[in-house]
Amino acid sequence: MIDVKLVDYLAGLSRLELREGEKQAMTAGLEQIVAYMDVLNKLDTAGVEPMSHVFPVKNVLREDEAAPSQDRGELLAGSPAGDTEAFLVPQAVE
Amino acid sequence: MELRELTALELGAAIKRGEVSVKEAARAALDAIAARDGALNAFITVTGERALERADKLQPGARDAQSPLYGVPMALKDNICTKGVRTTCASKILGEFAPPYSAAAADALEGAGAVSLGKLNMDEFAMGSTSETSFYGPVRNPWDLSRVPGGSSGGAAAAVAAGMGWYAVGSDTGGSIRQPAAHCGVTGMKPTYGAVSRYGLIAYASSLDQIGPLCRDAADCAAVLDALMGRDPRDATSLDGGYGRLLEGLTGDIRGMRVGLPAECFGEGLDGEVRAAVLRAAGVLKGRGAQVVELSFPVLEYAVPAYYIIAAAEASSNLSRFDGVKYGWRAERYDGLTDLYRKTRTQGFGAEVKRRILLGAFVLSAGYYDAYYKKALQVKAVIKGAFDEAFRQCDLLLAPVAPTTAPRLGGSLSDPLKMYLSDIYTVPVNLAGLPALSMPCGFDGKGLPIGGQLIGPHFGEGRLLNAAHAFQMDTDYHKRAPEGGNLV
Repeated sequence: MIDVKLVDYLAGLSRLELREGEKQAMTAGLEQIVAYMDVLNKLDTAGVEPMSHVFPVKNVLREDEAAPSQDRGELLAGSPAGDTEAFLVPQAVE
Repeated sequence: MELRELTALELGAAIKRGEVSVKEAARAALDAIAARDGALNAFITVTGERALERADKLQPGARDAQSPLYGVPMALKDNICTKGVRTTCASKILGEFAPPYSAAAADALEGAGAVSLGKLNMDEFAMGSTSETSFYGPVRNPWDLSRVPGGSSGGAAAAVAAGMGWYAVGSDTGGSIRQPAAHCGVTGMKPTYGAVSRYGLIAYASSLDQIGPLCRDAADCAAVLDALMGRDPRDATSLDGGYGRLLEGLTGDIRGMRVGLPAECFGEGLDGEVRAAVLRAAGVLKGRGAQVVELSFPVLEYAVPAYYIIAAAEASSNLSRFDGVKYGWRAERYDGLTDLYRKTRTQGFGAEVKRRILLGAFVLSAGYYDAYYKKALQVKAVIKGAFDEAFRQCDLLLAPVAPTTAPRLGGSLSDPLKMYLSDIYTVPVNLAGLPALSMPCGFDGKGLPIGGQLIGPHFGEGRLLNAAHAFQMDTDYHKRAPEGGNLV
C-alpha cells in the first residue's frame, strides 16, 4: 500500500523534500509501521463512537471581553525576516 | 550540610529557616552543571547569570515565603516557552527563538519562587523515547554514560538524577515523563489530562500532551503539582480538578487500598529483572496494608498502534506552523514562497519528526482516514472503557513503566517500530487521559534503575502520590544517586 509514489505525494502535502536514498528508507520504514498498525483490525469496533476527548465536553459560551493581546513588535522580533509592521516573505502574488 | 542530598522540599525548608541562602543553592546547582553536564548534555541552555540575579531578588522574601519550593533551583524542558529565553524544542527549525511570552507552567512556578537554571534537552519536538533525536546531541544516562536516559524528557530526568537542579518540569504525550524518570531513577508524574494548563507548551499531540514534574520523590512531585495545577482560561482543555493541597494528603496510610496488577502488563516481552522488581513493589505496598488484586487488561496490544496514529495525525497538523515565516529559523536559499516552506522544513526538521509528519499525513488522507484515524479514535474509546472496568475492581493499577532498563545509545533509532513498541505500558494512560507516576523500585544486575508505574482514575493524583509516598517510606531506591559525569 505504501510505495515511493505515495510517500512523494505525502511529502508534497507536508512541504517536505526527500532525497532519493531517504525516500526509499522512509517508504520502507512507513510500510513496516503501517503494516503493524493493521493489528487494530483484529479488534471489533463496530458501533463504537470515535472518541476525540476523554471528558464529556460541550461548548461553553461567554460574552466577548476586550483585552490586550501580545505586543506586535515583540511578536515580529522573533521572525527570521520581518520589519516593524509585518512578516516578510518572497513575493507570492504577481 | 550536603545540599545535593536534600529533596526540593527539604531545601525549601532550609532556605526558609535561613540555613541556606537562595544563592548558595543556585551556585551548588550551577557548579554541578559545570562539572557534569559536559558529559551528560542534559541542558540546551543554561541561564546561570539570570539564576544568580533571581536568587538575590528572592532572598529577602525567604523567611516569610508561603511556597514550600521558594528559592529552590529547577529547570524546564525546552518545549515550555520562557519569555526572552531561547526555547528550541531541541530542533534546528526553532533556532534562536526567544518566545515573547512564558508558558502558564513557567509563570506558575515563578510565582512559587522557583529559580530557573535553564532549558533541558529532549527528543526533537518530544518525538522519541531516548532523547537521541535532539539537534543538540543526545543526552546520556548518569547511571551509565553509554546508555540513553529515556525520552523524551531525558534531559529533565538526567538533570534531577545528577543533582543539576532539585526538580524539573517536563511533558508527557506517550510516556515522556514516566519512562525517562524510570531509566534515571527519579519520580515523575503525568497528571490527568487538563490538570495543568498547556498554554505555552509547544504542541506535539494536543489531545495527549500533559505537563508534569520530575523530582527526587513523591512529596516533591506533590509540591510541584500544587503549584502547577488549575484551570487556565488560555487553555480551553484545562480544568479544575478540585484537588486541594496534594502535599497535605501524603499520610502514607494506604490500608485497604486495592492495587490492581494487570496480567497483560507482566507477560511476554517484559525483562525478568523488571518484572521481579515491580512485583516486589506490590509486596511493599501490601506490607503497608494495601490489597493486591490480579485483573485483566485485554486491550493492551492495541494501545501502541492507536497511540502512534493519533499522535502522528495531530503532529502533522500542529507542526505545519513551522514554516520559516513567523518565528525561528529560515533556510538560506529558496525560490519563491512554497520553496521557502519546503526548504526550511526539509532542512529544519530531523528524520524522526519527518517520519511522524508523513505518517500523520497518511492516516488523515482521503481513502485511509476511516481505516486508520477513525479506527484509532474508536480504539481509544475501547481502551478508556477497559480502564473504567479495571477501576471498578481496584483503586489504582501497578505496572512496569518500560519493558527493559535503559538501552544503549544508538540501538533504538535504527528500528523505529521497536522503539515505538517499548512505549507499550505508558501510552494507554495518555489515550485515556489518566494520571500516572513512575517511581524507582529497584535496580537490575547492571546497576540500572527500574521504574514502577502507578496508574489512577481521572483526578486520582492524590491517591497515586500517597501510594508512592508510602512505598518511599519503606524503601530507599529514590535516595540513591548516580555518579556519571562527575569529574574525578
